[in-house]
This record gives sequence, structure tokens and C-alpha cells, in this order.
Amino acid sequence: MKIKQKYDVVVIGSGPGGLAAAIAAKKTGCDDVLVIERDIELGGILLQCIHNGFGLEILKQDLPGPSYAQRFVSEALGLGVETLLDAMVLDVSPQRRIFATSRKGGLYDIEARSIVLAMGCRERTRSQIRLPGPRPAGVFTAGTAQRWVNVEGYMPGRRFVVLGSGDIGMIMARRLTLEGAKVERVVEIMPYLNGLMRNYVQCLLDYDIPLQLRHTVNRIIGNHRVEAVEIVAVNDRWEPISGTEEIVPCDTLLLSVGLIPENELSRKAGVLLDPLTGGPFVDDHFQTNVPGIFAAGNVVHVYDLVDWVTEAGYIAGRSAAAFAIELRRWENRHMPLVAGENVRYVVPHELDRESLTMGAVRIQLRVKQPIESPVVVELRNGEDVLVKKGEPYARPGEMITLTIPSKVYDLVQKASVLSVHVVQR
Amino acid sequence: MAEAYDIIIVGGGIVGCMVARYLSRYKLDVLLIEKEADVCTGASAANTAIVHAGYDPMPGSLKAKLNVAGNAMWDTLAGELNFAFDRRGDYVVAIGDEELAHLQCLLEQGKKNGVPGIHIISGEEMRNREPEINPSVSGALWAPTGGICDPFGVTIAAAENAIQNGVKVYLETAFEAFIMDGKRIIGVRTNRGDFYCRWVINAAGLYADMVMHKAGIYPEFVIKPRRGEYCVLDQADITVRNVLFPVPSKASKGIMVTATVHGNALVGPNSNFIEDKDDCSVTRAGLDEIWHGARKLIPSLDTRHVIAMYAGLRACGNAPCRTPGVDYRQDFIVEVAEEVSGLINLAGIESPGLTSAPAIALRVVEMLLEAGERLEEKKDWQPIRPPRPRFRHLPREEQLRLIREDSRYGRIICRCEMVTEGEIVAEIHAPIPAKTYDAIKRRTWLGTGRCQGSFDMPRVVDILSRELGMSPFEISKRGGSSRFLLCTTKEVNHED
Repeated sequence: MKIKQKYDVVVIGSGPGGLAAAIAAKKTGCDDVLVIERDIELGGILLQCIHNGFGLEILKQDLPGPSYAQRFVSEALGLGVETLLDAMVLDVSPQRRIFATSRKGGLYDIEARSIVLAMGCRERTRSQIRLPGPRPAGVFTAGTAQRWVNVEGYMPGRRFVVLGSGDIGMIMARRLTLEGAKVERVVEIMPYLNGLMRNYVQCLLDYDIPLQLRHTVNRIIGNHRVEAVEIVAVNDRWEPISGTEEIVPCDTLLLSVGLIPENELSRKAGVLLDPLTGGPFVDDHFQTNVPGIFAAGNVVHVYDLVDWVTEAGYIAGRSAAAFAIELRRWENRHMPLVAGENVRYVVPHELDRESLTMGAVRIQLRVKQPIESPVVVELRNGEDVLVKKGEPYARPGEMITLTIPSKVYDLVQKASVLSVHVVQR
Repeated sequence: MAEAYDIIIVGGGIVGCMVARYLSRYKLDVLLIEKEADVCTGASAANTAIVHAGYDPMPGSLKAKLNVAGNAMWDTLAGELNFAFDRRGDYVVAIGDEELAHLQCLLEQGKKNGVPGIHIISGEEMRNREPEINPSVSGALWAPTGGICDPFGVTIAAAENAIQNGVKVYLETAFEAFIMDGKRIIGVRTNRGDFYCRWVINAAGLYADMVMHKAGIYPEFVIKPRRGEYCVLDQADITVRNVLFPVPSKASKGIMVTATVHGNALVGPNSNFIEDKDDCSVTRAGLDEIWHGARKLIPSLDTRHVIAMYAGLRACGNAPCRTPGVDYRQDFIVEVAEEVSGLINLAGIESPGLTSAPAIALRVVEMLLEAGERLEEKKDWQPIRPPRPRFRHLPREEQLRLIREDSRYGRIICRCEMVTEGEIVAEIHAPIPAKTYDAIKRRTWLGTGRCQGSFDMPRVVDILSRELGMSPFEISKRGGSSRFLLCTTKEVNHED
């Protein structure tokens, strides 16, 4: 598909938030809606979430991630949403210009009347929780392991410890167990569960995977590949309690220690971020501080349920569409006034169609060549003459004024460009 | 028949690679052996990335001499080898009035060492130059010749330039013993067989003492690993413009806060002797220590901005300074061994080893000449090592041209640092092939941003496997047993 230079709404990211935004934008009446996705297919992280539990709120069905995504992919494509896949957005400007790159298409420079940021979130890493020890292979975020297992069919380990009781961590504990791996335990530094209770029941309890609250990994052991981790109890200030250390042999440590909205592009666009959520400050339309730039889903704050991400996407998409439609109307109000036969220039250069409702509009021009006999000055839409007036002569040194009266309002609405001509009578 | 060379360099750190590069100028058969899967994996890989001005080492020591001489070579070197180097100067920052006196000592020491341009600036001036500095700053020593660099970039470029000029580099080739003919070294025994030579250059870093002992010399010389821990901060969260040292202690130059050529701020290192030469662990206590030290310079630093941590081991030796009258017992060893023939030792090369490396390499050339080697220059020696394109640094038109020539430059693999598939593939097929994840990371800076490789890792494993024609289960983080993937799904048996 040929990517156009200008779109009403460009959505960055095709996860649940992005897809919902694109669908809503289309349904609100935008013709040109583009979704840019860095992976080779639409759906975002849902595609690697093969477990169920999606759609209970808004679809009243219990679906796996890829099925949930497919509903929205089909709807978006059915509505004529355009897509740019396997493409990474490099830059977004506050003026809503987007630079993207892809292997197939090279560099894209796209203008958007409005933008919906839907880049989702990323996982916190080992360094962000300052987890001590050497740096062997075998320390992965739960999401990276999930991609390997569920999408590529590889096992990153056989014997696991999961640090953090986030939902992905618990879901991966079950998933790995189903694949025959041993999950030694899930360790949580807080005195309470970090994810949903239903995941604790369905993923840990049902599979006899122990959960240790108020414990953390004190250090990683193993220089090349993880060989064990040292687990330790913590006090109320999350400090290790000495004497409680326990070495747990394993070959892999999975981290499920929190998600952070992914806002590198938002920053480039001048979007202000809330230090508490990590996402943009938004109004109830999900508009950011930059006019015409909206944000939807986990890029704003991290949701527990995909259904709410979809709902947020709908709101952001509708709002972005309304912005684009208003902008388009504003752009269409203006039409060029161009110099025609024997005219050097015309001022003003553009005419606001609506000005004629307020009264007549005066335009001024100069001719190219002198004509020392009576001439006629004409304002035309193509061959149709809308306004004309006579002059005894035309000289470059003497400006000509033409007044467009209110009564031609209806004729002007039909034009896309108006030209001015000065010809011999 | 075993391979024979004129010179074998043991160790592919900054010193070994720089020596290889300077020797590649002459008509010599040179082999560099490195035990790891890549060059630049030890102390050269994990340090502060500073090109020191030279006011710190003890006057009269070899460290002082080679530091100042080495520092002066970096502009030319960066131009020839095309690596990231920025001579932005450095500061030693005194906090409170009691530290101010130390600046004067450092200034005098620097002048004795021949460091150009150093002088003391006021606390107010320091506050102007670094707005984030501790407001209690009382003054600073300003050294305009200090600089920052990309140590991987330097080491890899030096090794590549050596290869361009005919040097051979064997990776995963570990020194085991010398092959001797009486008191004369005639070769080395490795895990990959024997290699013969006339000279061995011992640039084995932390293990340089062990190499010497294998030759039966210098039993009292011991290298103890002195660990330094570091944190890297997200450049989106905090910008530090300058290279800021605290007033130094006896043990080290202290915990600093510095800008890096990649734009991130770096804090560290502490300085603790440890036993195990392989233990690059970061520790809870160590992180607290460097954080405490760093906040003394820049109080606004926030641990939430940490995106990476690492530890490096300094090869701390106990060699006395050879200059008469200088009582210093931690000097570099850069000399031809006396008790055996055919061995040059470059040992105890801790900081300022990175800065000194080109000067050490030149000294090696001189020592070979002094030992009677007739070094004949190659007519076609090529000092320029061409750079490979870095997509993120290019203007749009250049990016477009690159993608047109090779569409793989249009596919971003690392979203944080904007590294393309084209760059990764180019490194895999470079003169020193990047065959592991870490090798690619060090060359392209992929996976070093705020997601720390969570996004790119599966994609890089896939590209490595495809380009090297290896199974994904053979792809590792840094060689050996550091593999990422163990088997496919449905075939796990955790009792294995």
C-alpha cells in the first residue's frame, strides 16, 4: 500500500489502544487513518499473550490475547484503516510531523492532522531495581521470555525463579510449568501481591508454585549463565534481613518488577509527562499538552485489564478524529487567489470563504504589461466569471482594486481556487 | 606444522590491541591471542572511559610519564582510527574549605608531571560551568586536556587496524605456558595448540603476573584485582555536562560523576580489593557507596534514573617505581624481561592504563629497537581505520542514502539507541567478527538504553543465528556457557 504524505489521524502502535483509536477515528468520520507498527503484524504485545482472560469486561467473553487482538484487527482493516508495518517511528514533532523508517520503504515523512500515541509500556529491568551480582546470561524480563516461548517456540531456561508478582510474572510461571520447566518460586518484596488475585489462584496456587512475600533476590550467582540466586527476607524498609539468606539453584531469573509507560517519542514531541504515572498529562479527551497529540492505553498509565485500554483507545481516537475534522474544515475554508492573465500578483494570497458572510472583501493586484485602452478585471472560478469591473487602462505602476461582494458567497463555496485576470475589452 | 610468528601478543585488551596496531606498521608476523570470545572484555571494557590529563600519578613514576605522553596522542589516534573521543577537560571538585588545600597539591603534582594548561578555578566559576554541582563547592582544579572516550570503540578500532595491516587475531585462544629453549622463549602453548615466535608481549591484564610466573620470573610480583562499581543513568532524566572528580583519596581517584560520549551520565567507581579475578559482581554495599560518593558532587542525582550497572577489575600490581628516589610501589611494568630472553612485560596496567596505552605501545616499539630488532616499515601501512555508519548519528539524507544502498539499515532492532539491522550485520562480518550479543552491544551500543535489551534480545539472537549459520541454541551473551536459549518448547525436562 502506498503511504500518503498527509493523514487525518496517525496512530503510533497497534496494540489494543492503538487499534481502538484507529477504529474510533474511522467511525467518527476521518477518511485517512494510518496505524504505524514496528512489528511485522498488528496486535502489539497481545500476540504473545496466548493465555485467556481478555475481553471479559467489554466483549463479555473470555478470550486469549491473539483472539482479542484479531477482533480489532479485522474491524480496523474492514473500516479501511491503512497500516505501515515493520516500521519504527524515529521522531515526532510538536507540529505533528512524523519520521519513520522501515526495511521495505526506507524513510517516511508524514504529516498528521492529529496523532494518537499508543506505544504501550516496557518492563522494568534488573538495573532499575539495582539487583546485585555479576551479569550472566539467564536474567530476562518476563515479557522477553514470553516472546521466546509463545512466539518463537524457544525455552530460555529449565529451572526458574521469578522475581516480582506482577501479572506477566505469574502468567509466565504457569506457562513455563506447562512446558515442563520447574518454577522454583515467585518472590515478592512487598507484603502483598502485585498482580491480580485471579492470576495468583489460576497461575500459582493451581500449579503449586510457592509465592514468597516480603522476600527478594539478594544477588545473582553465576558468571556466564545464572547458576543460582540468593533469596532473602526483607524488613519494613525493604532492607535484607541478614541470616535469612537462602541459595536457590536455578538457570534463569525472570523479572516481573513493574511496567513503565514508553514515552521516548512523546518527549520528542514536547509532551509533558507526569512523574508519578510516567505517562503524559491528559485531559478527558486524552489530549496531551500539545494540541492535536492524544495518547491512549498503557502509554498514559499502566492498566490491569486490556478492556480498559481498548475503551481509552476509543476515546482518544474519537477525540483525535474530531480534532482532525475541525482542522480539515479550517484548512478548507481557505482557497488560493492566483494571478491569471496579465496579472503579476494578487493580495491577499488566500481567501477565507467565510469572510464574505461578514461583508465584501477587497483584493488588490498589479498587472504585468501596460494596456493603454479599456480593460476588464475579472475574478474567475475556472471559466466562470464571478465578479468583473471595467478600467480605462491598466499600468504596472498603478494598483488595481477589485471588491468581491457578499452576494457571490454561494458561487465562491463551489470553487477550490480563484483566479484574477486583466484583459482588453 | 605449528604456526610461527615474530611476535605473539598475549591479551586483547586496550594495551595488547594498541601494541598490535603500532607493530602492524613494521614488517613483522604478529599474532594476538585472546582467551575470551571478543577483544576488550576485561578491565578495558569496564572502567570510567576517561582519558586522564595526568596530574594524578606520583611524579617520577612510569604511570605519570606514560599518562602525559599517552594523553597527547589521543587526538591523532581518534582521527586515524575513527572512534568516539571528546577532549572536554576535567575537574577535581573541592567541597568545603578543608578540601581546597588538596587542589594546590594536585596542581603542583600536575605541573611536575608536565600536564599542560591546568589551573584552579573558584567555586562560583565551577557552579557556572556545572549548574547541578553541590552548592558547597569551594573551588576546582581544571585540566583542559582531560577527555572522555568509548573504550570498546578504541580497542576494537586498534585491533581492526592491526588486522587491516596484516596482524592475526585469534579469539578464544588461552595462553597456557611458554615453550622454552633454555632461557629463551620460543613460543606459547595454548588451548588451541602451540605457536612459535621470537618475542612474547605479555599484555594479559589481570593475569599478567601469572604469565610472568610461567616464565619463571618475578615471583614477588602479584596482581590483585581491585574492583570498581558503576551506575549508568538515563540521559533523558539527567544531563551532566562535565567530567567531575572528587578530591582523591590515597587508594583511588574517588567516586566521580562524568559525562560519557554516549550522552549518559556515569557514576562510580569505588575501590575494593577482592580475591577472585573473575568476579565482576556489583554489590548492594558497593552501590550504596558509589551513590553516597556521587551525591557529594551532584546532590540532585536520583537512583530511579539508573539504567545499567557494572563492575570492573583494576589490575593492581605491586611493582616498585624504577626511578631512583621515588618511593612508589604500584607502578606500571613496561620492560624487557632480564632473566629470560624474548619477553616484554606490560603489567600492573591499571588506571591510567587506557590513557597510556598508545604511549606504552610506542615504548614497545622502542624496546624492540633497543633489543636489536631491525624494524622495517611497510610501504603500504594504512593508519586509517574506516568507520562504519551509525544510523542514529546521521542526518536524514544520509540515513535515506544508507537505506537505499542496503535496506537492512531501514530496520530498527534496538528502539532505545536506534540501532539498525544493517549495523548489526556489518559488525558480524567485520574484521573481528562480533559473534556474541555482548560483542554487538559493545560495538553498536545496542541494548544499553533504558530497556536494557528486553526488546532487541530475541531479534539479535535471530540475526546472529542467521548470519553465522548457527543454531539459536549456540548463540551466547559472551561465549562459553553464556547461552540464551536452552531448547525448544515441548522438549524440556527439568530433571536433566
